[in-house]
Parts: sequence; structure tokens; C-alpha cells
Amino acid sequence: MTLSYLTPAFLIERDNKRCIQCKVCVQQCANEVHRFDEEEGEVLADELNCVNCQRCVVMCPTRALSVRKSPNEFRQNANWTADAIKSIYIQAETGGVLLTGMGNDRPYPIYWDHMLLNASQVTNPSIDPLREPMELKTFLGRKPDSLVIENGKLKEKIPPQLELDIPIMFSAMSFGSISLNAIKSLARAARQEGTFYNTGEGGLHKDLYEYGANTIVQVASGRFGVHPEYLQAGAAIEIKIGQGAKPGIGGHLPGEKVGREVSETRMIPEGTDAISPAPHHDIYSIEDLSQLIYSLKEATNYEKPVSVKIAAVHNVAAIASGIARAGADIIAIDGYRGGTGAAPLRIRDNVGIPIEFALAAVDSRLRQEGIRNQVSLVVAGSIRNSADVVKAIALGADAVYIATGALIALGCHMCQKCFTGKCNWGIATQDPQLVKRLNPEIGAQRAANLLRAWKHEIKEMLGGMGINAIESLRGNRLMLRGIGLTEKELQILGISAVGE
Amino acid sequence: MLREGVVRIPSGCAISGMMNKKGKCFSGEDIIKSIAIMHDRSNGLGGGFAGYGIYPDFKDDYAFHFFFDDDTVKETVETLLNKQFTIIFDEPVPTRKTKAIKDAPIIWRYFVQPKSKMVIQSGIPEEEYVVKFVMKVNSEIEGAYIFSSGKNMGAFKGVGYPEDIGDFFRLDEYKGYIWTAHGRFPTNTPGWWGGAHPFTLLDISVVHNGEISSYGTNRRFLEMYGYKCTLQTDTEVMAYIFDYLMRRQGLSLDVVVAAMASPLWMEINRMDPEKRELVKAIRAVYGSLLVNGPFSILVGTNQGMIALNDRIKLRPSVAATKGDFLYVASEESAIREICPKPDKVWAPRGGEPVIGLLENAQVNYNFAAGENERIAINS
Repeated sequence: MTLSYLTPAFLIERDNKRCIQCKVCVQQCANEVHRFDEEEGEVLADELNCVNCQRCVVMCPTRALSVRKSPNEFRQNANWTADAIKSIYIQAETGGVLLTGMGNDRPYPIYWDHMLLNASQVTNPSIDPLREPMELKTFLGRKPDSLVIENGKLKEKIPPQLELDIPIMFSAMSFGSISLNAIKSLARAARQEGTFYNTGEGGLHKDLYEYGANTIVQVASGRFGVHPEYLQAGAAIEIKIGQGAKPGIGGHLPGEKVGREVSETRMIPEGTDAISPAPHHDIYSIEDLSQLIYSLKEATNYEKPVSVKIAAVHNVAAIASGIARAGADIIAIDGYRGGTGAAPLRIRDNVGIPIEFALAAVDSRLRQEGIRNQVSLVVAGSIRNSADVVKAIALGADAVYIATGALIALGCHMCQKCFTGKCNWGIATQDPQLVKRLNPEIGAQRAANLLRAWKHEIKEMLGGMGINAIESLRGNRLMLRGIGLTEKELQILGISAVGE
Repeated sequence: MLREGVVRIPSGCAISGMMNKKGKCFSGEDIIKSIAIMHDRSNGLGGGFAGYGIYPDFKDDYAFHFFFDDDTVKETVETLLNKQFTIIFDEPVPTRKTKAIKDAPIIWRYFVQPKSKMVIQSGIPEEEYVVKFVMKVNSEIEGAYIFSSGKNMGAFKGVGYPEDIGDFFRLDEYKGYIWTAHGRFPTNTPGWWGGAHPFTLLDISVVHNGEISSYGTNRRFLEMYGYKCTLQTDTEVMAYIFDYLMRRQGLSLDVVVAAMASPLWMEINRMDPEKRELVKAIRAVYGSLLVNGPFSILVGTNQGMIALNDRIKLRPSVAATKGDFLYVASEESAIREICPKPDKVWAPRGGEPVIGLLENAQVNYNFAAGENERIAINS
């Protein structure tokens, strides 16, 4: 082993006037950055392993700690930045693929922030959601071409639909990638607020069956934990083809994270790696996808909508059209900023396209083909706030998925180290000591609060536009104007420029 | 400035309508008087009327009313028309020279029958064949515009105050069993005759007061089914929604109303299970046709007249009955002007339609569960 060239990325500053040597920071840091020096009788830190998760900062009872970027700098170089140099040191040391967690953090344009919303003035009144009804109910699923009504009664039932009280769901995160307490928090919040959470590809832990009516069960390329009761347990089934953070590649849950419960739930031996292949090995074409869709529908007696989740890639519009024709009831599209528990850094930062464009292109294409009504569109990666939700629906989405936002509500501080399994917030870890830091009661309350807060904000924005039901916003691109966008970008988004 | 149709122009308005449920025809004089009393609700930039039962001599022919910019485009259209239709009769729409109306385009009417061989070859129903022709002319032929295309009915409209437009088109000389009228208050000056109301497709005519905030959603949904929203007006979209739901989907009026001005979820949750399931399905499937934002519309068809408000009543509408007559207008004054002592006057609630059907109407109409006080003149 040669000398490591890596230096700390962060600097921990301890205000010694405030520090009472209580050692909370020592106990809280799973990365073992803080330690108590018995001889000196004081708490010290070695920042090399610090990930800046802010756990010690938040927990310090005297607010003695702060973490900031290390002041240490390489010689200025606009091309060979510190990140570029450090990546090479790591790879030269390990010979491995660079890993990371959470979504793409590169400074690409955020198109949500290049769109502005409309509001009513004079010619039509805005509506006050505190005084007038404001409806957000959303149905996801295949809509028939027409209704068959006889004697004032529905003669043929419409295909199964997910009924959402708010057009926001919790996106797929597997048991394994996140803790059971994190999943319980989201499941309870989903039930409380009338929406859904998604199991991800990790199967359904036995404690979670009670939330079945608010669960979307996922079938991914590894087929972990997929069995008849699992399929029956959920309100809908989602076939995961791809994920925005790592389009085109599979997943890898290291054996260390596969303890007894994960092993039981995933139906794999304890301590073995759980490897999801890049493709489904029974889906090499669109007709194969169709077969899986119908197999799942057969297995569940056509009682549940089937969703297909794909990553937003260049040809997403044509792919989505194929998926609609293959029989999917819902298409979930995950943009290149979508989060992950672990992804190869270069893939995460360089593959895929922004969800704003993918959504606009898919919605337009499905309309051109006259099949938009046959499927629902759910978009993900990265919806950061209620305004993003409103813009997504105006562009053409039926609903959105949030995951990173939901985890931040549970305490995630975006340190991007989920893949280490040492999440100090009890979210992306299976370590029992860490997991119990997240109380599912409190987690559920926080996640539900987030949904409710966004609901209020969405209602305010809708009312401002003179709209009192979310369906009148869907695909209503006249409510959007682009700012700082090129002619071509405006054209693809299908919106006018500000002032037009 | 861009012509209307290229840009979308919001506008406020006055509307009025009246019908005789026995189908007895009466002169257009009353409707002119009624809309004239609401003069201040328009600004002289658009007025129009629709009359039903006005062409008894050609009652089985499609009556196409055209605006032409010049003779050349008229010839182009006539070539096309002759190819697809047999022209039974044609003439300029009679007008009266008045001081108030200027810059009128060439206004011509044709009574036509689709060539049955071509209809059969096209493989679509006759009405669809006519609709396609109308859409084609209006979206593809510059300088020609079909503003009326139904049987035994006609729209008359232009730039000016509605009472002047009525006078210009000599509506006092026509007799119809339904009349609707519109006075427009657009927010800028398009000065284009096609932009005025009513908007029609086949025998459906719509006059509308409001600015719908769901326009983008409604329009993009309709475009999937071949409707071309050339005018970019709310009214055009309303007419197409009616056409889509009633003619193409074959839905009954109550379902159409439940789609366009859906009951609120808190009302739906109180319905009996069967009805709840139906209304839920209507909202789930036709949600994109929910009309949101303020509107008050009057829809005329050969079978009767429907008035509808947005579901939280952001625009005025008043209804009244007297004997066999039904009246609906933006203001009560417009009704009292021509019917000083109605039997009954009421302000319909938001989302609650006023449906006036001819006694011998053929429409599929069933209000199975009427726990809402929905009023039909013939019920």
C-alpha cells in the first residue's frame, strides 16, 4: 500500500469555548471522524472520513460544531479541477469504478427554474383556495376511449385506477437501499395523505403488508422478492426498466447490507450480493415487455394497473409510445437528476436527459398519436418543490414521484454517501444502531407534513391561475412561459417565451 | 397586429337566448331588443346571433355561411365545394346598409348536400364528412371562413355592436324557434368577423361569456381527435367539446354536463354508490374536458337550448319561463325587456344546467338521479 494522496474534503470547526466534551459527536458519527482523546481529555476530529452529513452539527447540544469545505486548494486550474484530480487519485488507488449516491449534482441547467407560471388578472378571477373548493384528486391508469352508460348507470367498469388525493407519490426505494424505518415512514405518510409509496426492487417486508392499499410493488430485473402474494399485496405493479440516475445499467446491493431481514424479503441467501442485471433477461424487445405486462395482469386478475418505469433517454418519446401500445397503464419517467442509493459516478453525471424535456416530448408524442388518454404519465427526477409539481403537470404529467425530497424530509442531508451503508440519519443503512435513529412515527409525520405543505402551495398556485381542479392544469402549457431559453428549447417544451 | 386565431384574445361578454319549446317560430326582433339592453357589456368589437328553424325551405340541406376576403378565394372554395357537395342553392346573405357596420367581407350562403358517393368512399359518417370539410376550409384556405354549417339554422355575426349586427343581417325578417345572441368585449382589436360569436359546428352553436382557464388542456385534448382550433377562442373549444361528447361519444346531456361542469368531489362523495361510480368515471375519463374558470354559455342545437355556468358560478346567468318560452340571459333586464312578466325567474347555480328541449326532441336525455335541482323546461 502506497501513500494515499487523498486529503479531507471538509474542515470541522469546533468552537472550544462552546464544546463541553460531552462526546455526542463521537457517538453519532458512524464514519468515526470524531474521537475522544483520553490523554488530552478532549474531543478531536480527523476529517478524512467526514462526508459532511451534518449529523454532529445538528446533534451538538452547544452548537459548537460547523463543517465547511476544506480550505485546502489545489493550484487553480479551470480544466483540472479538484474533483477531476481527486477522482484520478481514487481510481489510481483502487482500480475501481467511482461510486456515488443521490442524484446528479453537476451544474447543468435546471429547466424548472426557466419556466414561469401564469396568474389571472381582471379578465378572469383568481380563486381563493381558503374560501372555494380546490380539487387535486388524480386518477392513474388506462382510460377507455369512451364510457358505456345505460339508464344512468355505468355499464362497463373502467380499467383499474389508482386514486390519489394529491398528485405526488413516493418514488421507488428498495428495502436494502433504505432502512425499514424509512420505508415505514413513507408508507404511513402515503396512507395518511391518500397517496402511494413504491417498494423499489427489494420486495415487501412482512411488516409492510398492512400498507398494501397504498403500495406500488415493483418488479425489476433481479426479480427480488417477487411472488404471488407480493403482486397481490400492492395497489399497482411497476415494472422497472430503468432509473434516471443510472440508465442502462443494473444495480448492486453489497452482501454486507444483506442481513437476515433483507435476505428474507429479497428471497436470497444472507450475506450474498444482490445483483440486478442491466436488462430484464426476459425483455429484449417491446413485444417481450408486452408479455411481462400481461403476465402480471393475468397474475393479478386485471385488477391492478401496471406501470412501466424508464429512465429519460434520448429517444424517450418513441419508447414511451411503444410502452403505451404494449399495454402499460402508467408510464413513469425518471429524469437524469433522479436519485439513487448507489450509482457509478460517470453514469450518473453523464447519461440521460432532463425530465422536463423528456416529459414534454413524451406528452407531445402521445398526443400526436392520439393515445395520450390511454396511459398516465408520472415523472420523477428531480421534483424539488410544489412549483416543480405544478410545472410538471402543466407540461403534461398526471402526477409526480418524489424520493430525494421525501428523504430530506426524513432527515437526509444530501451527503451522497448512501452506498457506504453508514447513513448517520438512519435512512440509507441497515445497521440496527443507525436505523433506530429514525423513528417511523416521527418520520411519517414529517413526510406527511411535506405533502400537506405542498398541497397548500399547489392549491394557491392553481387558484391564482383561475383553476379549481388539477385536471384543468394537466397539459395546459399555456400556463407556462419560458425564461432564458433558446428557440429550440421552447419549441421542444411546447411553451411560449415570457412576454409572448 | 396578429389576426385573431394566431393569437388568443380574452374577452368578456353579454349573452341572451330564447326558445319556444313547441317549436313555434318567431321573429328575430326580440332577441335583438334583448341583447341591445346589455349594450354596455360589449364594446362594439363583435356581435352575433344564431337562429334555428330559419330555413324551412332548405331544412334538409346543410346551410354553409361563408366569409370571403375576395372573389378569388370564393372561386377556390366553390371549386372545392362542387367537388364534394351538390349546391342546391346559393346567394349572398341579405344585408341592410347601415351606418354602424363597416368593412364587411363577402358574405355568402350555400345550401348543400354531400355527394353520397364521396361520403361512402370516405368511409365516415355523413356528419363527420361535413365536419372535415369545415375544418379543412377554416384551417387551410386563407381568406375563407365557414361560420355556420348546420341544417335549418344559421349564425350571423360580425364586428360591431350586436344590435347593429342584427339590423345589418335583417334578422327581423327571419323566423326561428330558438334564438341566441352575443355581444362581445374583447380586450384588443382583432377586427376580424370570424372572431365574433356564435361559434358553430353542424347545428351546434355556442355563445359564451367568460375566459376559460382550462383552454390549453381542453384544446390539446380535442386536437388528439382531429379538431383544429383555428380561432383560439374559448367558444370554439366549447363547441367542439359539445360536438365530441354528444355526437362522437354519443353521451347524454347529463353526462356531458357532468364532464364539462363536474360536480365537486365533496358532492360526489355524498352520492349513492351507483351514481358515484358513474360520476367518478366521467371525471377520470373526461377530466381534460372539464371547463375551468369563469363561463356562462348558451348552446343551441336543433333539439333545444342548454345554458350552463361554471361550477362555482363566476359569471352571471339568469333564466326565466313564460308559457312555452324559455329565456336565459346574462342579466335579468335582458329578459324583462322582452318578457316583462315571466312566470318564473331564477338564477341557476354553478354547474347546474338549464335545459330547454323541444317537445318532440330526439336527444338522449336522462337525468336519472336528480337530487340537484336541475331544471328542464319540459320536465
